[in-house]
Amino acid sequence: MKTRALVLLAAVAAMSLSACGDDSPPDDAAGSSSSSAAASSSGGDLSGTLTVFAAASLTDVFGDLGDQLMADNPGLDVQFNFAGSSALATQLTQGAPADVFASANEKQMDVVTAAGLQAADPTIFTENVLEIAVPKGNPGNVTGLADFGNADLTLAVCAADVPCGAAATAVFADAGITAQPDTEEEDVKAALTKVQLGEVDAALVYATDVQAAGDDVEGIEFPEAEQEVNSYPICTLSAAPNPAAAQAFVDLVESDAGQQALTDAGFRAPTS
Amino acid sequence: MKRQRGGGVPLPLLVPAVLAVSFLVLPLVGLVVRAPWSSIGPQLVQREVGQALRLSLLSATLATGVSLVLGVPLAWVLARSRLRGRSVLRALVTVPLVLPPVVGGVALFLVLGRTGLLGRPLYEHLGVTIPFSTTAVVIAETFVAMPFLVISVEGALRAADARFEDAAATLGADRWTTFRRVTLPLVAPGIAAGAVLCWARALGEFGATITFAGNFPGTTQTMPLAVYLALQSDPDAAIALSLVLLAVSLATLLLLRGRWLGQREVTA
Repeated sequence: MKTRALVLLAAVAAMSLSACGDDSPPDDAAGSSSSSAAASSSGGDLSGTLTVFAAASLTDVFGDLGDQLMADNPGLDVQFNFAGSSALATQLTQGAPADVFASANEKQMDVVTAAGLQAADPTIFTENVLEIAVPKGNPGNVTGLADFGNADLTLAVCAADVPCGAAATAVFADAGITAQPDTEEEDVKAALTKVQLGEVDAALVYATDVQAAGDDVEGIEFPEAEQEVNSYPICTLSAAPNPAAAQAFVDLVESDAGQQALTDAGFRAPTS
Repeated sequence: MKRQRGGGVPLPLLVPAVLAVSFLVLPLVGLVVRAPWSSIGPQLVQREVGQALRLSLLSATLATGVSLVLGVPLAWVLARSRLRGRSVLRALVTVPLVLPPVVGGVALFLVLGRTGLLGRPLYEHLGVTIPFSTTAVVIAETFVAMPFLVISVEGALRAADARFEDAAATLGADRWTTFRRVTLPLVAPGIAAGAVLCWARALGEFGATITFAGNFPGTTQTMPLAVYLALQSDPDAAIALSLVLLAVSLATLLLLRGRWLGQREVTA
């Protein structure tokens, strides 16, 4: 009985330290490595190379967090592979070596977990909502989501095959709007580029993209966006060459500092 | 005079040639092996596939047409004229070859877009916008593919015997007549080869097209765009689409080769 309680205590400890440890059994390798990783990360003696596969929308925030981790651990080299989540999921299932995977949606994380590549169950670390991006000065006088049904405007949305497009499709369906886009972009940055160049009157992108675009782009929030909140899962990978550093990075992302950096970039704290 | 097939290839040429063939063909084999043959039928009867294929063939053919009309004269200027700064001109013409196509697409925006150098007056005075239309697809493909034609035709012109043109001139033909009646027939195989290269490049064009023309089924979504987007959600569908594009382009090229270049191969 006493040992049982001890194991339970260890499990609770592992869960609080581990990013992905929600359902992992206490004797899980990831659980034990997470506690040692957290210990060594505070000691600043992580070394080797840490490879993080992360959704392109995380480029700026994760880049900064990576720099921070390297500053704290002089022996550590953090390498990022930023790309679309589906491309990253494909690379991982094809055997690309990585320590951490952060996806912009749960669907692509499911691809990775279905292949059994996770070291522990993924956790949601941040959220992103859609926002309307218009060129500076709003030449098309766009005011809300309903304007996407106006065939006279030049409009860009993401293609339904990519995450931002799937979210857009769902938002339009919820609001009962028949969208009249002129182009279905291959990713959210391509849609944003067309706003920056002033070639479209509006594009449906993420709040973070509007934040990152700076002064050339204005953002318009709309209430229907709450129907399609994008949740970002993260987890360490079972084949991680550097599990200690992997766990330290995930811990950093979920720390107060990490969450603040995400908020500054336009993300918001997970609600669920 | 046909050489004997198979025999007569020296070993130092045979080995690298075989390596080259495997290097170029093995990825195709990979596509064929991994293709979802059982579900390929339903994939292909989707309306978007037919639309994308038709649009690809149409826009690549139009782009080749535009490239022929503008590119052959340009090749002549580069090969035959005594214009100053021809080498600079030639370097400029080949810029689209080295430019990443996505950058080419952005560059086209900056000239022909709604806020571009030429596009802004067009939009403000005539209400004409070029991006996100089939015209934009043809423009993007022409921009990327025309240099292939120009370089091929220029090469053919340089290799052609100029004495025939001199003879025509001696017999009283002016330069335009000489070009039409002597030069053009002389370099016809080079033009055909350039056109095939140009068509193939236009057919596979992705970066400049998706940037400048966008992606909309029926108006601007060509096969390479459809393949790329299918890859985001359904890799099997992407492989099926790639195979269709490959089969159609190979069939077209073989057909044309038989008709245009078949006889030339024997005499050349």
